[in-house]
Amino acid sequence: MAMNWKRALLLTAGVGVPTIALLSFGMTRDPRQINSPLPGRDAPAFTRGVFATGADPMLRMEVGDTVRMAEHRGEIVVVNFWASWCLECRVEHEGLSMTASEYAPDGVKFFGLLYNDKEEAGLRWLSQMGGQAYPALSDPGARVAIDYGLYGVPETFVVDQRGQVAHKFVGAVNPADMRVLLDSLLKANGPSQPVGSDAPVSRTLPAGGDGS
Amino acid sequence: MTRVLGLAAVWMALVMSVYGIGAAVMGLTRRRPSLVASAFQAVYVIFALMTLATGAMIYALVTHDFSVDYVAQVGSRSTPLFYTIISLWGALEGSILFWGWVLAMYSAVVVYLNRNRPGGLVPWSSVALMTVSLYFFILLVGPANPWGLVSPVPFDGPGPNPLLQNHILMGVHPPLLYLGYVGMTVPFAFAVGALLSGEIHSGDWIKLTRRWTLSAWAFLSLAIIAGMWWSYEVLGWGGYWAWDPVENASFMPWLTATAFLHSAMVQERRGMLKLWNVNLIVSTFLLTILGTFLTRSGIISSVHAFTTGTIGYYFLAFMAFCLITSLVLVGGNSEGLRSEGHLDSAASRETVFLFNNLFLTGFTFVVVFGTLFPLLADLFNGSQVTIGAPFFNKMTIPICVALLFLMGVGPSLPWKAASREQLRQAFLLPGGTALAIVALSLALGMRDVYGIAAFSLAGFALVCNLREYAVGAQARVRAHNEAFPVALARLVTSNRRRYGGYLAHLGIIMVAAAVTASSSFRFERDATLKPGETMAVKGDLSVRFVQMWGRDEPQREVVGADVEILRDGEVVGTMDPRMNFYKAQQQPVPTPAVRSRPTGDVYINLMAFTQDGQSATIKVILEPFVPWIWVGGLVIALGAVVSAWPQSKRAPRAVGYVRPVSTGARGGADATFPGAAVPMQQMQQAPTLPTHTG
Repeated sequence: MAMNWKRALLLTAGVGVPTIALLSFGMTRDPRQINSPLPGRDAPAFTRGVFATGADPMLRMEVGDTVRMAEHRGEIVVVNFWASWCLECRVEHEGLSMTASEYAPDGVKFFGLLYNDKEEAGLRWLSQMGGQAYPALSDPGARVAIDYGLYGVPETFVVDQRGQVAHKFVGAVNPADMRVLLDSLLKANGPSQPVGSDAPVSRTLPAGGDGS
Repeated sequence: MTRVLGLAAVWMALVMSVYGIGAAVMGLTRRRPSLVASAFQAVYVIFALMTLATGAMIYALVTHDFSVDYVAQVGSRSTPLFYTIISLWGALEGSILFWGWVLAMYSAVVVYLNRNRPGGLVPWSSVALMTVSLYFFILLVGPANPWGLVSPVPFDGPGPNPLLQNHILMGVHPPLLYLGYVGMTVPFAFAVGALLSGEIHSGDWIKLTRRWTLSAWAFLSLAIIAGMWWSYEVLGWGGYWAWDPVENASFMPWLTATAFLHSAMVQERRGMLKLWNVNLIVSTFLLTILGTFLTRSGIISSVHAFTTGTIGYYFLAFMAFCLITSLVLVGGNSEGLRSEGHLDSAASRETVFLFNNLFLTGFTFVVVFGTLFPLLADLFNGSQVTIGAPFFNKMTIPICVALLFLMGVGPSLPWKAASREQLRQAFLLPGGTALAIVALSLALGMRDVYGIAAFSLAGFALVCNLREYAVGAQARVRAHNEAFPVALARLVTSNRRRYGGYLAHLGIIMVAAAVTASSSFRFERDATLKPGETMAVKGDLSVRFVQMWGRDEPQREVVGADVEILRDGEVVGTMDPRMNFYKAQQQPVPTPAVRSRPTGDVYINLMAFTQDGQSATIKVILEPFVPWIWVGGLVIALGAVVSAWPQSKRAPRAVGYVRPVSTGARGGADATFPGAAVPMQQMQQAPTLPTHTG
């Protein structure tokens, strides 16, 4: 049996090495951490209308009001994509809503964006779930969802005071994780307040509980 | 004690495999048969040792020996015995141990059955088998050691992942998958053995290899269908396939193995495609390792979480070793693998096999590409992308439709060349059936081109394959004056390989048609109901929410809803969709209720409920013909069993339907195809409904 070493070498160099190189490269990445390009970059701006008001007086907006991301520069904004047909959204709902109320005094804003769903269905869902502390926005045509690179619901983006995405939660948010993140953002970047305003920020609730 | 025993057994298996590899290589190169015989003994000893190690682990699990790392990880005193035992494969280390055991078992059976075969094929194959085993033993004493000592010994453990202890199929799907997946190592070992011993030029090894591939393929087919069934029954979104990387991992080698099962017959009969066949076998094995690497290393975002760690690097190294060894072996020997024959006619069975292979490898390429695309995009573009079901469906549905067509054409054509008259006879009825189905589908308001194509070509292939049985049996009725059923039975036993293959075709057709029907005509509706309220679903079907109930079980709390199924207002049955709250788990595991009838399933999921039990949100999904997917899976496996069953020595070989004109046409034509469009399914640690924007 005469081996054709030249061909063997050629195949190895042409097929084997690139394949291994690609897979080795794969080892350097963690898809769970970075499957969104957004963390560390500017959060995509959006302008969207409110269709459910939000129960917390500090977060409440009226139906028909418009949320402009650009106006929230300087504030921590939590953008939660949800849908009435989404099971995991039910799981995270109560914890997320409570966290929103808890951090409202710190100036942290929460918005729920309804994804691929009808507003009526969203409203029915909200009343079924016992309301929600923060306002819900509609996203016709899922344009904001596309800008944020959504690939499932729920996904939750936390935008920091500089307008950059600090973190993306995939799946149901664990309130304890959210608290840790918000606390660290408040600590690192100072209070959450619109740029240009110097309204004093009061804390009425202790934050940073471990929630478990 | 159990811990030490298990670990010692794995270490001894490792040492034995090193010894066995050395003894076999020495024995072969220095021509000392006693050393080769000793290497065979080593294979048996390795199997005994791995059985001991696996037994020790099961014992540790059953006795709740929480001093063993793995038991502390997946065990719990409150878990029922059945789920305790099967948690052997519920997490990384245990699954590697089980893998090692399955491989050791295969190695021992392969060596034992072929121990007297002359030539270097079997000894060299045993070297390949022991080398692959050695790698798994290294994992078991290194990064995937399940035998670590836990101190202080905890009193109780967290129990297995709730999704994995929620359904009985968890005891079925993984073992089948391992039998199929690991079983693909055997054909690979034969290919390596044939290359190293020089027997690659003889035609004999391909027959042996094909039979082993067929049995592994049967297990893999069953495993894939069982996995679909499991996710359908457990995950609560009413689907069964989502092109998740882990599903793809099991599907890629299935595709190449299917291609090989067909192309091997061309080599047997016509001496063609030798190099191609070796490539298919090697690719199948490499794809199993690639799939394992992808899913255990965490480099591709998959929701089938296996904890990751350094083990990824081990898999990478092994992958590199196998790939480069294979390339050198195949590349270095490719000169001798030239075809002896050539295609005589476009209208011949070998041409159909050629196209079948083209489509199946194209299919494999699409799946590999789609699975690895996130990596490629990141490497060349720095962008993070995920590829979802829409890509795979779009790319693969046309391929599936083409394969359905070929599955009908192939069995109807003779080898070498078909005459015009043969073509007319063979395709008149199937072609007519296909056209009738197109007309019927259009009349019933179907407008989806691929859906119509899938139905009509499934009908076409069905008639083609059934016709083979009918024509063959009728020939016997005339020739031997037998009753038709007797003739049919004798026809099949006289050429198991061929008619088993057609049976597998029938199974695939069932799966294809059922998948098309269930995805084309799926209907769902949900509503929040108060006790006693009724929701109209579709037609005369409605459901009534009766009440909520709760139950405490040792390992979980179960909350369920009693739902009555009504037809024309008459109660025809009750169902109880549930949510299971496992101890020490934050999230509930929804457990849908499924009511199966031959015409389709009523699938009910409890989406939400209020604590006081005064309302529940219930989702009803109607999935036509879904049960036929599972039946089809069984038929596929049955076909493979009929096909792989050794031909009785006494059975007269030449009896049976001999196709006119073509020369010696009683050779086998076993073949199989993937089903049509397998729509999305997904599975997550915590189930969510996926929505892909891209």
